[in-house]
Amino acid sequence: MFVPRPDIRPATVEVFVEGRPVLVPEGASAAAAVLLAGLPAIRETPVKGAPRLPYCMMGICFDCLAEIDGVANRQACMVTVAPGMRIAAQRGARRARPDAAPEIAA
Amino acid sequence: MRDYDLAVTGAGPAGMAAAMEAASLGLSVLVLDEQPAPGGQVFRAVEAAGCDPALAGEFLDAGAALARDFRAALHPGGEVEYSPRSTLWHVDIATGVISVLREGASEEIRVSRLLLATGAQERPVPIPGWTLPGAMGAGAAQILLKTAGAVPQGPLVIAGQGPLTWLLAVQLLRAGAGPVTLLETGGKGALWDAFRAGGLWTGRRLLTKGLALVREAKRRGLKVVRGVRELRAEGEGRVQRVRWAGGEMACDTLLLHEGVIPSTHVSRALGLEHRWDEAQRCWRPVLDEWGATSHGLVAVAGDGGGIGGWEAATATGRIAAIDAARRLGRLPEAEAERRAAPHRARLAAALALRPFLDRLYAPAPEVLVPRDDATIVCRCEEITAGQVREAARLGATGPNQAKAYLRAGMGPCQGRMCGTTVAALIAAERGIPIGEAGALRPRAPFKPLTVGELAALPLETVA
Amino acid sequence: MTQDVIVVGGGLVGTAIAYGLQKRGLSTVLLDEGDVAHRASRGNFGLVWVQSKGLGAPHYQHWTRGSAGAWPGLAAELAERTGLDTGLHQPGGVHVCLSEEEFEQRAAYMAQLQREAGNLGMEYRMLGHAETAEMLPGIGRAVVGASWTPYDGHASPLYLLRALHAAFHDAGGIYRPNAGVSEGTAAPRDFSVLAGGETHRAPRIVLAAGLGNAALAPRFGLEAPVRPQRGQVLVTERTRQLLPMPTTTIRQTDEGSVMIGDSKEEAGYDSLTQTPEIMRTMARRAVLTFPWIAELNIVRAWSALRVMAPDGLPIYDESERFPGAFTANCHSGVTLAGAHADIFAPMIAAGALTPEMAPFSARRFHDVRSAA
Repeated sequence: MFVPRPDIRPATVEVFVEGRPVLVPEGASAAAAVLLAGLPAIRETPVKGAPRLPYCMMGICFDCLAEIDGVANRQACMVTVAPGMRIAAQRGARRARPDAAPEIAA
Repeated sequence: MRDYDLAVTGAGPAGMAAAMEAASLGLSVLVLDEQPAPGGQVFRAVEAAGCDPALAGEFLDAGAALARDFRAALHPGGEVEYSPRSTLWHVDIATGVISVLREGASEEIRVSRLLLATGAQERPVPIPGWTLPGAMGAGAAQILLKTAGAVPQGPLVIAGQGPLTWLLAVQLLRAGAGPVTLLETGGKGALWDAFRAGGLWTGRRLLTKGLALVREAKRRGLKVVRGVRELRAEGEGRVQRVRWAGGEMACDTLLLHEGVIPSTHVSRALGLEHRWDEAQRCWRPVLDEWGATSHGLVAVAGDGGGIGGWEAATATGRIAAIDAARRLGRLPEAEAERRAAPHRARLAAALALRPFLDRLYAPAPEVLVPRDDATIVCRCEEITAGQVREAARLGATGPNQAKAYLRAGMGPCQGRMCGTTVAALIAAERGIPIGEAGALRPRAPFKPLTVGELAALPLETVA
Repeated sequence: MTQDVIVVGGGLVGTAIAYGLQKRGLSTVLLDEGDVAHRASRGNFGLVWVQSKGLGAPHYQHWTRGSAGAWPGLAAELAERTGLDTGLHQPGGVHVCLSEEEFEQRAAYMAQLQREAGNLGMEYRMLGHAETAEMLPGIGRAVVGASWTPYDGHASPLYLLRALHAAFHDAGGIYRPNAGVSEGTAAPRDFSVLAGGETHRAPRIVLAAGLGNAALAPRFGLEAPVRPQRGQVLVTERTRQLLPMPTTTIRQTDEGSVMIGDSKEEAGYDSLTQTPEIMRTMARRAVLTFPWIAELNIVRAWSALRVMAPDGLPIYDESERFPGAFTANCHSGVTLAGAHADIFAPMIAAGALTPEMAPFSARRFHDVRSAA
């Protein structure tokens, strides 16, 4: 679990981690928001369902894959938080959405 | 199609220095970077970190100055175009056309020269339990401090070795983390071996800096355990304790670090010549004194060409930019030599201490070749050391055949986290040097892009 | 060392044959290259495919159907011997048409294929958009229709390769990596090769070295005029199971990845280059077929070299000058694995190819009588 230091870096951006509001500093990544929210896992692996949290924080390891604003399997450490961002754990393999296809293809 | 004299991938010290030098020589420059702001990993988010006292020192002084100079070179109408949040996913090495993904759209850009300034990544530390939540790279924790001011709560263990372990311990202690324990994995004879490498006088400034860190860490209450072997992380669903031969300790966060290695994913994907560096225990591209690779289009600067630290990176960035101007006919040979000379001198000074550090912090054999068969090697596909050994016995002579057999290196990270370990395991099993086992040959896309981003079809054609 | 058979080439073709020989009691040494080689086997798309094979060449259609039929037995046997699941599924398959013109051409093609099947028969249907939509999830507006046959399927080329290697190993076969053939001598039923610093000798030799056969075959009184044809493949992240059957160019693996194939380019021996234009064309066809594919991430892609004869058909041959020397060349190492292990290998074990293999001989390229 990580904690912020609001006296040094004011936490001003409200995001929703698994539906729960969390305040994080501007410029932080979605992966940082998940760690600050204390989520036990940002994803469960598609192979064995093992829980994972971000490991490298620099776009190398792909262990921080999460569903961000409805988009599956995003590298959360490479996504900067924005007000109102919704971040959810990626549980196993993603879904494809044949019913939502026209919207996707845009 | 847009075109540039020089494209630089990476806005760390090497990339920023190269861009500024190239612009001053009249080259049109495009700087691509995956991050939203310049700095690379060493000076990550240096502009936003402002005056965090925990980061006082080189980061806030030299890093901020470098980013400021780089921004100044970006004045409107200037020669440097900076493209943050941009991912290089393909290079047509024969034509110099590169494919870049930015804001969900892929663009092809023609370049006369490509400089890879992709920096370093932390060496993977495949110990039992390293996939548990709560275990992460030491560099990752430092990035959290730099980008979010965040610090780990509860008992914290930093395990491994290298200058970063001391720097991070100091920064986290300053930021109020604690209690912090450093489990040093270095070997007993390493210090004497390191002294024999020399360079201590030339590198005395860096050495003094390092010793000051050690003193500050101890003053701030860092507990140090030396000679740690057979490290493992344990816990139910997350890290709860760490064990080693002869000891154990409860912890909430385990930060692993065994040094950094060049990020060679792109340079290997381009088929450039690489060699195994036995001193640094990593692959590095074969470069000439200008940073030029085995292919006429591409150069490498900074830690991506071999670990040297940020000061060496700025020097190699400048030298590679001078070479780009020379190759493009914008700078006479003699002038290039003259202009490169001071940077070569800075490079030599910055690298003086490197042989000492390489020996002092050489990773133990068990870091490259996990002993325990159950240890996960490929985090993406969850392939163990035992499975890799079995593949080697079946006949896999290198990581590419092991990948075909096992899927190790086939997940989203494309072998960035397992390639070297797989090769080292095969080498150990077959009794050959790691360099002979070889490296993974990655392919484009260097980073994922969606099928839709690649297809780039308007909605009305499909819906 | 002396063996019953030397098989040159440790890819899908060579290993299937070597396994078929070793399990029939012939001591076999399998010579392979190292970690980095052309290796069409590592680039295979993974179809066990019938409906696009052998127009104008009924012997090839029969051979392909025979192999698809032999596959379930091979998969079961490999699973039993090695514990490895080769991911075989044969639910039938479709070829999707994205224009009226494509659809009409396909209809004519399938009708002709059926006529040429003769007594073997060939069941197929041409499906319109609505019928295709019932069979496949979320097809795009651009899909005009598809051809369907019940014979088609797919498997994991990589697990197949590993399972064949493991089964060959367990049956007592000798595998030699880093053993490209550097020298060879041939006499009737007496062959010797120097490979990886070791000399191997045997009364039979099988050349299954893919593109390497072109240079190797003449030394053993054979010819294998094969050339490389590049193919590129895109692979997405793992996705929950959705596609009930493969199409000619899109399939979902057991792991969940959606594979998008597969281009056909004449580009020499360059297997490293990938071209964004061709990758884009493949992605476009995939999105037009299944618009939902657009949101999936491509995590890897590759190009590889097919082994193509001038007429695109396999070459199977035995040497007239040096009896005991055989060659196998094809670009369908997965589809034909069943035939290689359990139809072709027994012929070699028996000492000669059977008469129905005659149309596959390389003599067809210059001997008008045998081609007739």
